[in-house]
Order: sequence, then C-alpha cells, then structure tokens
Amino acid sequence: MEIKELVPADFKSDQMVRWCAGCGDHAILNSIQKALPRLGIKHEDFAFISGIGCSSRFPYYMNTYGFHGIHGRAAAIASGVKTANPELSVWVITGDGDSLAIGGNHFIHLIRRNVDLNLILFNNQIYGLTKGQYSPTSEHGTVTKTSPLGTVERPFKPGALAIGARGTFFARTIDVMTKLSTEIYVKAAQHKGTSIVEVLQNCVIFSDKVWADISDRKYRDDRVIVLENDQPMIYGKDRDKGLMLKDGGLLPVQIEKNGVTEDDLLVHDSHNPFAGLHVALANMEYPDFPVALGVIRDCQETASYETAVANQIKEAQSQAKSKSIKEIMLSGSTWEVK
Amino acid sequence: MSKQAKVIEIDEVAIRFSGDSGDGMQLTGTLFSDTSALFGNDVSTFPDYPAEIRAPQGTVGGVSGFQVHFGHTQVNTPGDYCDVLVAMNPAALKANFRWIKPDGIIIFDRDAFDEKNIKKAGYDKDPLKEEPTDGIQLIGAPISSMTRETLKDIGLDQKSILRSKNMFALGIVSWLYDRPLEHAIDFFQRKFAKKPVLIDANTQVLQAGYNYAGNIQALTVSFKVRPADIEPGIYRNINGNTAAAWGIIAAAEKAGLPVFLGSYPITPATGILEEMAARKDLGVVSFQAEDEIAGICTAIGGSFAGSLAATSTSGPGLALKSEAIGLAVITELPLVIVNVQRGGPSTGLPTKTEQSDLMQALYGRNGESPVVVIASSTPSNCFDYAFEASRIALERMTPVILLTDGFLANGTEPWKIPDMDDFPDINPPIAKEGSKDWLPYNRDEHTLAREWAKAGIPGLEHRVGGLEKMAGSGNVSYVPENHEYMVGIREEKVNRVEDMIPEQEIIGDPDADLLIIGWGGTYGHLVTAVSEIQREGYKVALAHFNYIKPLPKNTGEILGQFKKHLVCELNLGQFAHYLRMNYPKYNYLQYNKVQGLPFIVQELKDFILKNLEEK
Ligand code: SF4
Repeated sequence: MEIKELVPADFKSDQMVRWCAGCGDHAILNSIQKALPRLGIKHEDFAFISGIGCSSRFPYYMNTYGFHGIHGRAAAIASGVKTANPELSVWVITGDGDSLAIGGNHFIHLIRRNVDLNLILFNNQIYGLTKGQYSPTSEHGTVTKTSPLGTVERPFKPGALAIGARGTFFARTIDVMTKLSTEIYVKAAQHKGTSIVEVLQNCVIFSDKVWADISDRKYRDDRVIVLENDQPMIYGKDRDKGLMLKDGGLLPVQIEKNGVTEDDLLVHDSHNPFAGLHVALANMEYPDFPVALGVIRDCQETASYETAVANQIKEAQSQAKSKSIKEIMLSGSTWEVK
Repeated sequence: MSKQAKVIEIDEVAIRFSGDSGDGMQLTGTLFSDTSALFGNDVSTFPDYPAEIRAPQGTVGGVSGFQVHFGHTQVNTPGDYCDVLVAMNPAALKANFRWIKPDGIIIFDRDAFDEKNIKKAGYDKDPLKEEPTDGIQLIGAPISSMTRETLKDIGLDQKSILRSKNMFALGIVSWLYDRPLEHAIDFFQRKFAKKPVLIDANTQVLQAGYNYAGNIQALTVSFKVRPADIEPGIYRNINGNTAAAWGIIAAAEKAGLPVFLGSYPITPATGILEEMAARKDLGVVSFQAEDEIAGICTAIGGSFAGSLAATSTSGPGLALKSEAIGLAVITELPLVIVNVQRGGPSTGLPTKTEQSDLMQALYGRNGESPVVVIASSTPSNCFDYAFEASRIALERMTPVILLTDGFLANGTEPWKIPDMDDFPDINPPIAKEGSKDWLPYNRDEHTLAREWAKAGIPGLEHRVGGLEKMAGSGNVSYVPENHEYMVGIREEKVNRVEDMIPEQEIIGDPDADLLIIGWGGTYGHLVTAVSEIQREGYKVALAHFNYIKPLPKNTGEILGQFKKHLVCELNLGQFAHYLRMNYPKYNYLQYNKVQGLPFIVQELKDFILKNLEEK
C-alpha cells in the first residue's frame, strides 16, 4: 500500500503546549515527532497512551489517536489497545512516578509479557505535576517537600528493573540530545516487543539540573558513553576512554595507557540474550563510570505477546468445530424436548 | 437384581450431596442433575463449597455440598430443605443436618463414621443420636468398604480406589429416584479416555451402588419424578457464568465486532474469564491481567481500539476498578462490567452469595459518574442480560454494570437454547471514514451517544482522556459552565436508556394490596413464594427488577397501584433505599437476609403472610 510521505509537522496537534518554558519535555516531543515519519507507518495507525503527570499531557500535543489515561495505568490501557488491534503502533508516554510508583505493577508485567509497544519513561526524579515531592527514582537523601530531611528510600534503577523483568529492549537518552533520541525512538519502534526508553529529563522547576553532571555539554562527552552495536565501547571528548571487563565487572580505562589498546575493550552486543552485561552497563553511574546511553539491550528472544495471542486464536479458529455462538450453544450435552 | 420395591410418584425432590471437599461432591451432584435434566425434569442446582480449597480433612470447614432440586413441575429454586442428604462423613452431617426435612432420608457412609472422624466433626459419640433424627430414615451404607471390595482386583492403589466412592453414593441415589446410569458412564468415557482403568473403576462402583440400593431391605420404596411439562426445543444445562460469557459473545456477533475481555481471576466470577479463554475458537481475545485494575484498563484500551470490551469481577474487584470505570464514563467508551456479587465487605464470604454491591455499582466512584446498572435473575438469563448490557453499552456509548451473584454464577438450570434471530440487532454509532467536520464529542440528538472512532480510522485521529472535555471538540476544558453541562449530559444519556428497555412487569394479582419487590438473583425464591401464597388463596403480586439504572419508565405507575410495598433482598436494604430516593411517596417495608445464603421460600412466605394478615 502506498503511504503518504509524512513530515514531523503532520504530528503536531492544534493544542497549545503547556509545559514550563525550558522543560525537557519540549525536546522529547520534537524528537519523537521527527522519528515517526521515518517508520513507514500510516498516520492513523499511531496511538499515544499516557497516564498522569507532566509527561502524560503528551498525547494532547500529538495529532494522532491519543488517550490520556489515569495515574499509573497507561501500560495496561496500551496493552489492551495493542492486543485488540496489533496493526497499531502504540506508544506509552509516562514518568518515573507514573510508571515506577503507582503503575509499577503494570510496568513490570507489560515488560514480562513483551507486548509490542514503546514505553517512553520521562525520568526527572521528581513529581512535577503535584509540585515537587520525591519520586521512586530520587536519589537517596534528596530534599523535597515530602522529604525535608532528605529521603531515606533507595531509588529504582529503571534499566535494571526493566531488564530484570525480562525486558527485551532497553535504551537510554537525555532530553537535550535530540539527534540521538530520534535514532533511539526509531530503533525502539522497530523492535518487536516491549521497548523501554528511559529519557533523562530536566524539570526546570522542581529538580533543575538533576542530570546536569552528565547532561551539560561542557563535560558530557567525558561522562557518558553512547553504545553502538558491534562497536568497541569508546567514549570521551577525545575518544580516549573505554570500557573493559575486569574481574567479572566493568572497568573504565584510558586507551593507550598501561598497555591498554582498543582491542582490549568490550564490543557492544545489544542482541546478546544474556542480560548480565546489559544490566551492568545500565547500572553504571557517574562519577565511577560513564553513564550508558543508546540502545543497551535489543534482544529478539521471544514472540511479542499480541502476536502469540493472535496466533493462538488463528490456530484455534482453524481447528474449531463451532464457528458461531449458536454452534457453541448446541455443542456438548443437549437434549430435545418434543 | 430384585426390584420389587414400591414405586411412588412425586412432584419434586431435593437432594443434597455432601462430603469432604476432596470427595468429589460437586461432580456427583452435577452428574445427577444433568441426568435429571436429560430425563426431562426441570432442575435447579446450588453448589455450596468452602473458600478453602482443601481445609483439613474431616472437619466441618472442609465440607462441600451440592444441592439438586428437580421436578415434574416448574422448579425455580434449588429447594429450601432436602428430601435426601448424602453425608460422606460425620462433618458433612454436622454441616448439613439443618437442611434435612423432618421426614427425609439420610444416606451416610457408615465406614467413615469412626471415632476419629466423629471427634473431628465436633461430635461427642454418636452423631445420629446427638442430632434429632426422629422421623428421618437413616441408611448407613458401607460405602467405603464396598467400594474397596468392588475394586479389589482392578489394580489401583487404595487411595485411587477410594476416590470413586462418590460414585457408589450416586448409584444409591440413582436407584432411589429411578435415574438411568448412561449419562454418568458416558461422562467417564469422555473424561478418562486416556485412562481406561478409571472408566471401569467408576462404572463398576456406580453400578455397585445402584445394585446395593436395589438389594437392601432398608429401601422399600423408590420414587419416580415424571418429566416436567416443558416447552419444546433443544435444551442444555447452563450456569450463570457461562451464560454471561456467551451473552457477550452473542452480542458481539450481532454487532459485528470482536470481543475483548480483560480480567483477573476472582471467586465467584472466574468462570467467565475461563469460558472466554476457551472461546478462542470464536476469536475471543481474553487478557488475564496482573490485577483487577489492569483487567478493566486493558478492556478500556480494547474498547478504544474498537472491540466489544468487557471485564468480569466480584465485589472487591469492582472496588479496585472504580477509578477506571470513571475513566470509561468520561471517555464515553462502551464497556461491560460483570460483577458477580459475593458476601462482603472486604474479602468477606468469597464463595457465598449476596446482593450487597448494588450501591457500589450505582454510586461507588468519585465525582458524578453515572453508569447503567442491570441485573440478571436466573442462571440462564445471565445470557439475556449480558446481551442487553452489551447492546446498551454499544448503542449508547457508556459503561454498563451487570450484576449477577454467586448463586446465579454457580447455579445451573436447563436452558432452552435460544434462536439468535429473536434477539435485536445491535447498531453502535461507529464513526465513518471521511466524515466531514467530525468531532469526538458531538452527540446523537436523541440518544446523546457520541460517535465511536476506533483507533486506526484515517482522518478521525482524536484524543480522549480523564480530564473534563469540551462539549463537541473533546479538548481539555476547565470552563465551569462546560463542566456542569457535561456532568448533566452524561447523566441524561444514561437516563435515556429507559427508551430502549422494556416496561416493568407484574407477576401475580394486579389487584392485590401487597406488592413484593425484588431484584436480581432472588427471583426464583420470590416467584415460588408468591405463587405458593396465591395457591393458598391470598392475593399478592411481585415486581422483580432487572433494570435498575435507569428504572423502567412505568416504575412509578406500578408502585402506585399497590397499598403496601415489601422489598426483599439479600443485603440491609439497598434497593429499598434506592426506591425511597426515586419514589419517596411510599412506605417501603423490608425483608432482608445477610447470611451469604439465598432466601428460603418458607421464610419468605412466613414473612409475607404475616404482612398480609395484619391489615
Ligand atoms: S513542572 Fe517540571 S516536568 Fe512539569 S512541565 Fe514544568 S518543568 Fe516540566
């Protein structure tokens, strides 16, 4: 079928974007609108489903089918949409509070089932819409309105959580890195299964600069590593740093120092079904490690949920003795009264 | 086989099979009731099983029961008290003795009445002396030992052998009521096709029980219940859960839509999910979600994508779903919510029946959140009302709550398989591709339903959600007047459903003074009580409601025809309160029962007669 050439503007709705000026969400919206025309999917086949929170206003700004759900439940609503109509390209827009607190259960079960949809997790480590309470990703000790002396809770690491829930796709990007983000959204959409993309997003109002150590252009290149498949794990402004495996763990090294050469570095394999290294990469934190960006895991180890469901139904229908409810009602033990 | 026993014809019989929850009493009862239905009797059954799957053996807590009522006349209830009680051990006797008629027959496994079991059941010495058994015929059959004897050469271990002792009991009762054994044997052949030794074992024990009953002197009579006078047609047995599942599927066929069920297992509603999961052959998509909330949210997603979507649950699950029901209300998507009521609050009495979720269904949500509420009243009409719930949801773009209960869900009765041509067409307002100036929240003038543009239709891309909508455009709106308008229109949309539902009927004497009022699953008991009272020469009428929100148009008119109004329900008076609110003119008397059990016809009659006599 011929598909009309789409451009990013085709996905902009007529609604005024109401996020705060300077909020990272604006950049995410733009990056996603840039990714969609590249997918070869018809305009009417996109559906954006969200929960509650700042990020969840997203569907209103998209000129696609959209559903602004209730707090935490976007993953469940979206699972229903995709299972009912596997033709749709379904996107879940959610935040750290929405998906990892109130919607934690749906988040892990979505991933476990491997429904073929793309979940974009805006992680700003804070509740923005309710004006600044700590979230399940706030670092230990974070001072907020509900933790005036600092939180005593340990934060979730979304990557480890997603892969631990048997995730088949996990990627990470930063809101301001729009080019990388767009590439990642394209890959997430192409992955057949649940794709989790964690976006490190800045909330200028309530957790400003929470990612600044790694997102600031001044030193970003030395503090993040953008993983690329089949490429050695090199990073740094001067591309002079790398990652090695040592004593079963990851080790950041200087290339051409202490006898380390490029050949000693790890080569990224996002398709490796073995999740151990992917979890280790996802867990790297500054300052001990560079923070991993890019597609960390992209593994086609199992059929997606809605495909498996559709196949079972097709199989059952092809073997069915009864083709209508009438025939089902007449099957089994019946008797006639004359 | 000597069968010179006297044969007595009777109109109806109730038999209660009871034993340990591992004794197979549900199966025994089902086989007996199916046989009776095949024989042409009218039948009603009621399983009464414990919440614990395997409570300690031999204790009262672990007793599982199954009552079968069958007759030559119409049978509307599983029977108050039983003519025959089968007790496989002392605990079963202890748990069920209160249900035996004063002139009934107790058949018990005398091998199981040993000291250990007697103690476990909480008796001191001899249960049959401790209970007031005067007038009751006691038949102590050596069920366990004769089962062992029958199967001594079959090559099964002792445990497996004893597993078929329930068939010995079935054999005895089959002889007593002149039932053929073929149906049970057919069942063994299907069920144990892969293990033929079990076909033989069960068949032999069944036959042995039958022969035993024919041979012993204790049983001098056998009874005959002639086939009932039943409308011609093809029949099957059905329970409320299966009927509800099929009703939804039937509606989807009429509407030309796929079915999506999002659900989570919960007693006593699980049977709906199980039946839907089994209907992949008809293309049904069943989604077993991670919790109740995901159950309904996946269904809402399915509805957004264009399926006839449903979720099934019971009271505590309905509570969990309430926020999402509100979402379906404000997004105005069609959705069927089947709530199989059980004893509450909280976990309450999961396996018992009650009608105490009415207020929850009507009002248990934040904000002004109107939904259509309807209730089925017999196991088989769960089909009709599930169909109705679907038709209303689809044509009026609204969530509909269908209330059934544990009694209907698990109870079975013969059902004349309907002709689908007798059911109305279903025409949901589906938006058409290419509609000019289409807006998601434009409404049909008459029904006030908006159009349904399922995701994927070119040109109709739109957003829905939980924030208040601007009339027409559906854009988010905080305009105060708009909110008030939308609240009003959602309420009015639900109220206008009264145009598509039938008027309320009255059963009994329209010129009586007293109107009995009921709703939902108590129909069988109420209609039996009312007709028996009429037969005794009194005037009385019954209005039994299936449509609750909105109420049928003529409700006020009907209430006005009677002097006295007595609302009977299995709760503390929720429907009575609802009627007081809607029709405050009348003084509603109440008869309420909250024991997790259905009404007893006799207790209803006593109360009604008392009311009839005090003028
Ligand atoms: S509060 Fe924070 S997250 Fe919310 S819109 Fe403003 S900047 Fe963005």
